[in-house]
Amino acid sequence: MSRIAARFARLKQEGRGALIPFLEAGDPDLETSQNILDGMPAAGADLIEIGVPFTDPMADGPIIQAASRRGLVAGATLDRVFDMVRRFRTRDDDTPVVLMGYLNPIESYGPERFCADAARAGVDGLIVVDLPSEEADLLEAHAHAGGLDIIRLVAPTTDAHRLPVVLNGASGFIYYVSITGVTGTRSASEADLVAALPRLRAASDLPVAIGFGVRTPEQAAAAVRVADAAVVASALIDTLAGSLAADGAARPDTARLVLEQVAKLAAGVRGARTLAAADI
Amino acid sequence: MSQTSSARPMPADPRTTSAILAERSNSLRHGPDARGRFGIFGGRFVAETLMPLILELEAEWEKAKADPAFKAELDLYFRDYVGRPSPLWHARRLSAELGGAKVYFKREELNHTGSHKLNNVMGQILLARRMGRTRIIAETGAGQHGVATATVCALFGLKCVIFMGATDVERQKPNVFRMRLLGAEVRAVSSGAGTLKDAMNEALRDWVANVHDTYYLIGTVAGPHPYPAMVRDFQCVIGDEARDQMMQAEGRLPDAVVAAVGGGSNAMGIFHPFLDEPSVRLVGVEAAGRGLDSGEQAASISRGRPGVLHGNRTYLLQDAHGQITEAHSISAGLDYPGIGPEHSWLHEIGRAEYVGITDDEALAAFTLCTRTEGIIPALECAHAIAHVAKMAPRMKPEDIILMNLSGRGDKDVATVAAHLGVEL
Repeated sequence: MSRIAARFARLKQEGRGALIPFLEAGDPDLETSQNILDGMPAAGADLIEIGVPFTDPMADGPIIQAASRRGLVAGATLDRVFDMVRRFRTRDDDTPVVLMGYLNPIESYGPERFCADAARAGVDGLIVVDLPSEEADLLEAHAHAGGLDIIRLVAPTTDAHRLPVVLNGASGFIYYVSITGVTGTRSASEADLVAALPRLRAASDLPVAIGFGVRTPEQAAAAVRVADAAVVASALIDTLAGSLAADGAARPDTARLVLEQVAKLAAGVRGARTLAAADI
Repeated sequence: MSQTSSARPMPADPRTTSAILAERSNSLRHGPDARGRFGIFGGRFVAETLMPLILELEAEWEKAKADPAFKAELDLYFRDYVGRPSPLWHARRLSAELGGAKVYFKREELNHTGSHKLNNVMGQILLARRMGRTRIIAETGAGQHGVATATVCALFGLKCVIFMGATDVERQKPNVFRMRLLGAEVRAVSSGAGTLKDAMNEALRDWVANVHDTYYLIGTVAGPHPYPAMVRDFQCVIGDEARDQMMQAEGRLPDAVVAAVGGGSNAMGIFHPFLDEPSVRLVGVEAAGRGLDSGEQAASISRGRPGVLHGNRTYLLQDAHGQITEAHSISAGLDYPGIGPEHSWLHEIGRAEYVGITDDEALAAFTLCTRTEGIIPALECAHAIAHVAKMAPRMKPEDIILMNLSGRGDKDVATVAAHLGVEL
């Protein structure tokens, strides 16, 4: 069983949802982002999403755009990202790691070599923002060969006719983009989420993660009450960016502040269903 | 070879000569395939949120293409609003000064708004109206596409938002003011180098956030399928007309067709109707900036390699890690690190050749054309003129070069003055 499947199976037994915090590789420097990554499981991360910096992150709002720029300046190439995951794996062999990024750096690296090296480093899944299911054959065979899940994105615009096309060949989990918009700009209401989930549940048995617009412990709790996981990205990057010195360098408490926020989000996620049960 | 009578605009068969010829089975004009690809180039590399929108657009475009009423409506606007057909001009003094081949200009700078951009914009705005969209967004570099888009939005009373790199807002002030006069909101984009690439990123982000009412009116033959094919089809009016006009003027096809290439819409519009004529050389002129090997250029084919950006696979300027590098050109309209996917394919199969012209060469051609023909060209097409100036002297007097004079240069006068050290 893959790490992703094993983790969701265990959480299902425990009767709780997952927190998936995000960090941008190399933001604000390679050492600090390694420290954040390494500290995430203890802070309560159930899965971890690592952003791979790209010059033109078209689906991202200003917060992750800035993180991406800092990561590029810090030299977070794909080789460095694999190094990060390799080091992480020396201390944690259970927490699934998913890379999120754009296609061109992968094309440039070579899709086959990319999947092989990612799998060898200990990566479990891939989210490639600008690779819709229509174009996914580019990566699929290589990802399968390496045991990597290609996480499919479903958006509010994905209609009933299209949903089976998007989910055909999906594995790992489904990433539900809960708003029409870029990252870090607005949030879906709990009512929107409640309305969106049944059609996903009807179309697939895979766990569903909700991303885009999940910022607070309360929002994360709301997400896992209707879905299986909450992805939090821009809110953590905000905290990181706010901790930096005027010249953009990390301060001694940068990693700690981010991890404390992960812990608060995790508490929200872990308490979500208990509270919901208590309400009834 | 059939020759269209001088009673343009419409021959009896509603299809143009070149469109009829394209039905030949060995035609190079059949692309793209069902996946929106020209060979390995093109495709639909967008986020899932946008996929349903571009599939809907493709379906609506297919319907519109097959609808005689759509074509009739477009023809009317082409004639009475854009001012088509644009003339074919024998540039006699320029030809004499260069010595060698006869040079003809296809006068797209005489279109309303001053460039070829309105051809595509006119077509897409009619499509947007058919689709019931009420808010139009567009990216712009030099401002030509932005002005054209703002113009048709004023014409139809539609809300219009133009994304323009902050650097370009600064160097193309007259066009920024024109867009605002036309009622458009111009949003300066400060991410990246603040040029066309960044404007396109921001337009895509806006589209994702406003899917319910917004039509993204892309200005060049790039982006996800169906844009490269659709924009090409609207721009083919340039080559279709030029072909008929050349037959009337010379009784034969030109030996070479030359056009400047940024994203490549003016070049594709004039190339495409000649693709199946092996005797016609097709030459795309990229911006070599401060020199092809200076590291400061915008020559995607000469100095790039295939990759994926803005929805399509094409030649891109990028580093060893697949990060997109900044383009440079004196011309804001050519300052883009990519090129339309069909150009990448024409390059790969060897049907078209792509060359580079530097900022300085373009400046010299700008003044040459102004002085000899009384036509102030846009800096974009000054690149094409500069290459014509290299080609013509090496050709015979009976040879013919057809060049797309795609835009007028009023917008560039301040830039040129600054480069020539003149204070206005």
